[in-house]
Amino acid sequence: MESVKQNISIDNKAVELLDETSACINHSEKRESKFSLLKYTAVGALFGIVFVKAEIISWFRIQEMFKLQSFHMYGVIGTAVITGVLSVAIIKKFNIKTLQGESIVIIPKHFSKGQIYGGLLFGLGWAMTGACPGPLFAQIGTGTLSVLVVIASALLGTWTYGYFKEKLPH
Amino acid sequence: MSFVEIIKQPWPWYLAGAIIGLIVPLLLIIGNKTFGLSSNLRHICAACFPANIEFFKYDWKKEIWNLFFVGGIIAGAFIATNYLTNPNSLIINANLKSQLQNLNVNDFQHLLPNDLFSLSALFTIRGFVLMVIGGFLVGFGTRYANGCTSGHAIMGLSNLQWPSLVATICFMIGGFVMTNFILPIILKF
Repeated sequence: MESVKQNISIDNKAVELLDETSACINHSEKRESKFSLLKYTAVGALFGIVFVKAEIISWFRIQEMFKLQSFHMYGVIGTAVITGVLSVAIIKKFNIKTLQGESIVIIPKHFSKGQIYGGLLFGLGWAMTGACPGPLFAQIGTGTLSVLVVIASALLGTWTYGYFKEKLPH
Repeated sequence: MSFVEIIKQPWPWYLAGAIIGLIVPLLLIIGNKTFGLSSNLRHICAACFPANIEFFKYDWKKEIWNLFFVGGIIAGAFIATNYLTNPNSLIINANLKSQLQNLNVNDFQHLLPNDLFSLSALFTIRGFVLMVIGGFLVGFGTRYANGCTSGHAIMGLSNLQWPSLVATICFMIGGFVMTNFILPIILKF
């Protein structure tokens, strides 16, 4: 019993550590089986199909967006935000639970100067590669294997951030 | 037109936007997961190259659902490309096309121009800068900003988080500056 308690407290500490730095973490207490994890693959597949069919992963669509030559990307992001705002509001209002019966937890985002400096740097990279992290993976699925180079560089970028994190202004 | 022919056409923004927006509640309800993709780059670093760095010392296995999600994205993109192929060529804004042609970008058949994104382009200055430096900025910037388009612009704004609005505005400023002022210079090399 004692060791179980200890495990839980270590686990919570790990979650707290991650919360400080990660935008997206797992709030479910339960570990899921490999089979159960496949439901996320199914949702991801839907996302991947939309990425390709709405041409969101096209470098040209991103250039059109930043040159104000097309409404398409603004329409996609705007509709997604409105749908997301309404969905989250409904979940909160009716206190909707997860399928496993847990309360839904969304950790608030803390402000740091990183959102400005990092945001600007990511913006530059977004317009260069024509892709944010989701579309980078989708481009692999379309068979554009040269994007593996871009992903390798992105991993190096994330790793470099981790290495210099304490020295950067936040 | 049959149903299959219809879904093979490019999908309109309102349909794509609504489906992406619905991924937010879907992930929350099926497993209490918040939508966000850039953290996968961190999870891969934590799993493969932790190098005793504090930032990569956490239980990445707990976040493995997100890597399953990414696997789905790759599979979905494969399915859409190979089985739901758009029979028509990509429609590109005429001004953009002529501006790019003036900068010696001539492939408009693919989602990414082959002139800039291919293994042979990697050995040109502009291709190297776009693929390698661009990729680095995506990985570094998203982690520094603590999220990307999905984590901040969609998930964060859905939850009405003002830091996410700051981040989203900065993403857009960076993109505008790159596309309008810096990219025309890079493409000359």
